[in-house]
Amino acid sequence: MTEVPVPYQVVRRSQETTDTTTLVVEPVARALPPFRPGQFAMIYAFGVGEIPVSVSGILDHRHRLAHTVRAVGAVSAAVCAAAEGQELGLRGPFGTGWELERAAGGDVLVVAGGIGLAPLRPLIRAALAGAGRYRRLNLLAGARTPDDLLYADELRCLADAAPAHVAVTVDRPGHGWLGSVGMVTQLLNRADFAPGETTAFVCGPEAMIRATARDLRHRGVPADRIRVSLERNMRCATGHCGHCQLGPLLLCRDGPVAGYDRVAPLLAVREL
Amino acid sequence: MADYDTTPAVLDRAGLAALVRVLAGRGRTVVGPTVRDGAIVLAELDSADQLPWGWGTELEAGRYRLRRRDDEAGFAHSAGPQSWKTFLHPARERQWSADRDPDGQLTIVPDRPEQPAYAFLGVRPCDLRAIAIQDRVLAGGHFADDGYRTRRSGAFLIALECTEPGGTCFCVSMGSGPGVEAGYDLALTEVLDDDGHRFLIRAGSPEGAEVLAELSTDRADEATVTTARTTVAAAAEHMGRAMPPMDLRALMGDSLDAERWDDVAARCLSCGNCTLVCPTCFCTTTEEITDLTGDHAERWQSWDTCFDLDFSLLHGGPVRSSTRSRYRQWLTHKLGTWHEQFGSSGCVGCGRCLVWCPVGIDITEEVAALAEEATS
Ligand SMILES: Cc1cc2nc3c(=O)[nH]c(=O)nc-3n(C[C@H](O)[C@H](O)[C@H](O)COP(=O)(O)OP(=O)(O)OC[C@H]3O[C@@H](n4cnc5c(N)ncnc54)[C@H](O)[C@@H]3O)c2cc1C
Ligand code: SF4
Ligand code: SF4
Repeated sequence: MTEVPVPYQVVRRSQETTDTTTLVVEPVARALPPFRPGQFAMIYAFGVGEIPVSVSGILDHRHRLAHTVRAVGAVSAAVCAAAEGQELGLRGPFGTGWELERAAGGDVLVVAGGIGLAPLRPLIRAALAGAGRYRRLNLLAGARTPDDLLYADELRCLADAAPAHVAVTVDRPGHGWLGSVGMVTQLLNRADFAPGETTAFVCGPEAMIRATARDLRHRGVPADRIRVSLERNMRCATGHCGHCQLGPLLLCRDGPVAGYDRVAPLLAVREL
Repeated sequence: MADYDTTPAVLDRAGLAALVRVLAGRGRTVVGPTVRDGAIVLAELDSADQLPWGWGTELEAGRYRLRRRDDEAGFAHSAGPQSWKTFLHPARERQWSADRDPDGQLTIVPDRPEQPAYAFLGVRPCDLRAIAIQDRVLAGGHFADDGYRTRRSGAFLIALECTEPGGTCFCVSMGSGPGVEAGYDLALTEVLDDDGHRFLIRAGSPEGAEVLAELSTDRADEATVTTARTTVAAAAEHMGRAMPPMDLRALMGDSLDAERWDDVAARCLSCGNCTLVCPTCFCTTTEEITDLTGDHAERWQSWDTCFDLDFSLLHGGPVRSSTRSRYRQWLTHKLGTWHEQFGSSGCVGCGRCLVWCPVGIDITEEVAALAEEATS
């Protein structure tokens, strides 16, 4: 059925950075089916348009969802500007999830660049909640500047959590930044994980995904254990608009999360 | 065995006129070919008189001409500028309407207008295949396009076997024509010889058999059956074009770095005509429209083309910024990745894309060049 957006109300908003906002939304009446980490919703800003946005939080309370949105254009700016109490329309859940279960018994390695941390946040929470089922949990995050780092407080708390190792790097350090500077791939060298028993979950700009996956392969992580989340233009999310093609994949249906074994040859072709 | 009568019958021109009346009488909107503005277009028909009796077409890459025939054949023309997707998957369609009340509450309702019960008269084998392909794309997956599914499931298809293929046809090499075996309600074969002008007609569904029973027909004579069969078989030998006989899907997969893409990109205007006329191309975009009060909004869907720069737009720019990459996307999708996505090729060999290309780019020629490059 051609589903129409279901009204959700903004119950809390927090400004993450100058251009990025996290909204917690809750269904006004009917709730959408449950989302899994890595899946996305189509968010409708009334009178402006609809955009794909991953879930950045899946809450038990009142079927609430969190979305972290960076304002880059008309619709994302309108979503970011939604006030508490305002209604948005949501469709979903769409796409493949991260499938954290794949990492059971081994190490979990999360690598995020910029807004790419948003879809990984529910995965990290699930990994912490399932501690014991996984060995080491490494979270490596990159941002343009220290001010662009998402969920800074949460990352600090996480760094204190027993099984988690958190490392952050920025492209351009500001005053007072004592941490790493440079590409997120540099953090890989210092992270403690057993490549053969690691499942990596990667999201960020495509160049960062390529570089990270390449380095992980060099370190010996099997290609099918490198799970990447990709982005393409999307108009419908139901497999009918044709915009989200990446070679044989329709990323709204066969993605956004896919194994690097599947996508490596596709990402190697320019302008595919 | 079918549980309805599939015995072929014979109709004359008056019988065809009666068929149109019977379908209209059953509440159907009859759509078929007719001459308009120098082309044979698909339009709603009030009577069989509007069919293009005595008209033929001359087709070449980048060229379409109507011509008067020496006979009164009604269906001896090839694919025109439109296809049935104009009716089943229209160029523009409203998907939903949304209202915002003074408290900011949203009410969003799907658009489900009454859909016409179509009867398509004269669906070519290539186009019958194209409809089956769009069925898989738009209604065969996890999500179905409601409007499409409703129009499609209510449509009555009268197939028409090809007896005179055009210079740009290559259905034989795509395995989609010139005869039809299934997927229709009624199938017609036009027969024109010394014994007169008539149609062999057979039912392919219970409703088809019911409609046929309402017409006064004669059981088909042996001669008509044989002539129909041999004319269709002969048509297979008269295709104006052919795709190279090879695994096109594998060729596409192996050709992503081919030099030929630069060659075709130097000619291609990136106008998207080929995608608009192609009976299987399905891509769409969306548009948000608000009224003056700002409290009523509508979501519209309209055809889009992968030749448009915005089609692949992401933050930072389009993924496919060169014409090379956009033509490659179109062709490799059509003949290659369509298989993985929807279980078949996306090309049926109708030839529309080459006829309506302003610079006459010929899909069969491009594929042949890619094949040559791959083997050299
Ligand atoms: C599966 C998926 C999950 C996503 N998750 C998030 C998320 O969690 N948080 C977040 O902030 N963003 C996310 N995005 C990106 C977000 O959808 C785009 O930023 C948004 O569509 C831009 O639309 P706009 O109307 O604001 O911009 P427009 O006015 O359309 O254009 C502004 C810029 O955004 C580009 N753009 C248009 N459509 C897209 C698109 N679908 N994807 C990317 N860029 C586009 C344009 O090319 C232009 O450069 C996700 C995208 C996908 C495909
Ligand atoms: S690609 Fe060309 S020949 Fe093939 S179905 Fe489309 S329009 Fe017809
Ligand atoms: S119709 Fe011809 S010129 Fe136009 S986009 Fe298609 S191949 Fe290019």
